[in-house]
Amino acid sequence: MTCRARHWTSFALALLGPALAACSGAPEVERQEPALDRNEWLPGGDTTNTLLLGVNAFTMPAANATAEHSPNFYTGNSFFNQSWVQAPSSTEARDGLGPLFNARSCSACHFKDGRGRPPLEPDEAFLSMLLRIGVGTRGPHGEPAPDPSYGDQLQPFAIAGVMAEGTPHVSYTEVKGSYADGASYVLLEPAYAIDELAFGPLDPGLVISPRVAPAMSGLGLLEAIPVERLEALADPDDADADGISGRVQRVWDAASGTTVVGRFGWKAEQPSVRDQSAGAFLGDMGITSSLHPEQNCTPLEPDCAQARPGGAPEIGDELLDKVGLYGRLLAVPVRERWDHTGVLRGKILFRDAGCGSCHVASHRTGTLPGLPEVSDQLIYPYTDMLLHDMGEGLSDRRPSFEADGAEWRTPPLWGLRLYRDVNHHDRLLHDGRARGVAEAVLWHGGEAAAARDRFIAMSAEKRALLVEFVESL
Amino acid sequence: MIPTRSLSKWSVLACLALAGCGSDDVEPGNQQLPANTAQAAATYAQIVLASYQDSVTTAEELDTAVKALVAAPSDAALKVARNTWLDAREPYLQTEVYRFYEGPIDKEGSGPEGAINAWPLDENFIDYVKDDADAGIVNDPAKTIDSEALVSMNEAGGEKNIATGYHAIEFLLWGQDMSDTGPGDRPYTDYVSGSEGLVKNQDRRGQYLTTVSGELVNDLESLTEAWAADTAGNYRAEFAALSPKEQLLRVLTGMIVLSGFETGGERLQTAYDSHDQEDEHSCFSDNTHRDMVQDVLGIKNVWTGSYTRLDGTKLSGTALRDVVNAGDAGLAGELDRAIDESLRLANAIEPPFDQEIKTDAGRARVEALITALRAQEKILERIFRKFGLSVPVVE
Repeated sequence: MTCRARHWTSFALALLGPALAACSGAPEVERQEPALDRNEWLPGGDTTNTLLLGVNAFTMPAANATAEHSPNFYTGNSFFNQSWVQAPSSTEARDGLGPLFNARSCSACHFKDGRGRPPLEPDEAFLSMLLRIGVGTRGPHGEPAPDPSYGDQLQPFAIAGVMAEGTPHVSYTEVKGSYADGASYVLLEPAYAIDELAFGPLDPGLVISPRVAPAMSGLGLLEAIPVERLEALADPDDADADGISGRVQRVWDAASGTTVVGRFGWKAEQPSVRDQSAGAFLGDMGITSSLHPEQNCTPLEPDCAQARPGGAPEIGDELLDKVGLYGRLLAVPVRERWDHTGVLRGKILFRDAGCGSCHVASHRTGTLPGLPEVSDQLIYPYTDMLLHDMGEGLSDRRPSFEADGAEWRTPPLWGLRLYRDVNHHDRLLHDGRARGVAEAVLWHGGEAAAARDRFIAMSAEKRALLVEFVESL
Repeated sequence: MIPTRSLSKWSVLACLALAGCGSDDVEPGNQQLPANTAQAAATYAQIVLASYQDSVTTAEELDTAVKALVAAPSDAALKVARNTWLDAREPYLQTEVYRFYEGPIDKEGSGPEGAINAWPLDENFIDYVKDDADAGIVNDPAKTIDSEALVSMNEAGGEKNIATGYHAIEFLLWGQDMSDTGPGDRPYTDYVSGSEGLVKNQDRRGQYLTTVSGELVNDLESLTEAWAADTAGNYRAEFAALSPKEQLLRVLTGMIVLSGFETGGERLQTAYDSHDQEDEHSCFSDNTHRDMVQDVLGIKNVWTGSYTRLDGTKLSGTALRDVVNAGDAGLAGELDRAIDESLRLANAIEPPFDQEIKTDAGRARVEALITALRAQEKILERIFRKFGLSVPVVE
């Protein structure tokens, strides 16, 4: 796909108002006008968590949760956090794990509702990251065609009496480079391998899409951004020739038999938090639901197909709704150093480099039926929720609906500063290869290559300020 | 329960290696705290240690009773073991208020909370269950049963199986609860070597039980070491060296999360909603009603700066209540009343809890306790904000 850049100033004007109309467009020019937007203190609008930070920063319910929703949030939380167990068990509502699975609970990967990471030691298991697999082509509805023996996701764990599919491994090669000022950097390029295969070889054309568990906060707000807003931001054919195309993901919805707008997951393959939850219940934990009533055992996996279920389905609609509500009402944490000078200088540099063309700062949410908490809120997620070509360096070579291998949905940046406090790591990007913000920027290619090059061209001080801004989010 | 999970030592290195772990800017909202805050934090540390010591003592008694049961199984020995389990829960539950701020109990990577108290239990990962006589490690002679093996299996494949802790012991003493009126009814013959009947592997079951009871003592002892007084380099020394503001932040965070999120929300609200008979924490023994009482009592201990030890002696000192009272006497009075009301309503829950969530009168009692705990949480949040422990409000 080709993309040529929409000029960044059009975004700056749209987002930051007439005060910024004087922007020159020269990437290294640092303007002095105030970048202060007092609303940014509460990036989740009225939902924002202003109470607990630290390790609990992502676990809080929307501050404006209604009396009706608040109890359901806690029930959803319980089924999100607690381990599921193998059937049969005394805790009938919580059995049905597997037969194949990546994790025993949602929170095993979305630990404290935060962000997962790849293994950091050669012998460490994949705990908060999984491998989607396939053969690199699209199925009848545009979905990624699965591996004939192992399906569309590798499940490295299984309940007693069933063989797990295989064991994933990751190794890294160092890639050296340098900034315009001569300072050097080292990136880590990952390579994946799967061994201990239980059902024979993988397809010779296998492609692997590694994905860490994204943070959970603010999902309901992202779901509430109007489709019209996404379509207005999109520029699929790059009509304005700014190099940034931006495409709305459209995915097949089996329930309605239609194509719907995708928003969630690294390639925006799920239209709603509820769909995303049901997909993860099946794919990641082996829990069936009304949306996915059948286990994902392939014909080569008879033990899997014959394992005793924990109900039909294993999670009922009422509980699935509550887990979905939980995900929609998890609050975005408050900003802290939002008004500090260095942060504001970094914010201008971020904007001037063109980062904000895709990491769109702000939106006004529409109405999400039944969820007044997230409706009509001014939010600051720093995403446009659109697919962008990120270059061959980040491609997974596994097309999925509208997204080519190199295309990924812009991830929101809100809450980024807190991954260290909550999850004790600094790994970024879909596969967690980047150690911190600077490396993540340096991996950007494709439509983001020009913005990346502006970052590379900056002085060390300015690079540090830009990073400081992103780490203040 | 917010889960705990192991992580590599990398996390510490990450924080050392990365710039920006702390801010060099002056923190706004740094209100003056009452002068007695540090003394109240010292009292807190004393209470934490005493209650963990009592947890160790009762866990040792449980370990002794369990070993006696396995050595000479009888109905009487099983009853003794069950009673010591119930006794052991009382002091431990009062310590749950020390969770949720990454203290020794649930620090990521090293905290033993998951090994001690994880729930729900993978019961068929451990032993036979209804409809599967061969389930579990007990019935798989290929698997070694010793401390090392069970601890590693607790994280089998890097993913947590729940094979140890109070609830594993509970399952091995009571068995599955298939009764509407009483708890589980595992016969003592499950531990009689070579006895006739449906169950097998009695020796392995006994070995499993004594292994996890011993491991429970070890895990609890790691907590008394972390909180021991005058020990250079342990958590208590680190806690004592924190600013009073940070001390208060940790103490109150535990109280807030245990009140609303954990007890009111996750444990009570969820069971209330699900109507599932066994969606309760101590489902094998039908002891869940005590979980509620002791959790609230733990909050009261911290609030009032006092703790009654197993031997009846009372430990007390400058209390968190004194700190709040110095800043806002009205707020202190409100929390006094709220905690007493929660405690009263927790005591009013009628066992067994699994039936309490099914009758109208029982559900009304559970709902009243949920409401009281949420009110208590809201007052704690006001205290939190009063002392500038949350982020500052923009004018």
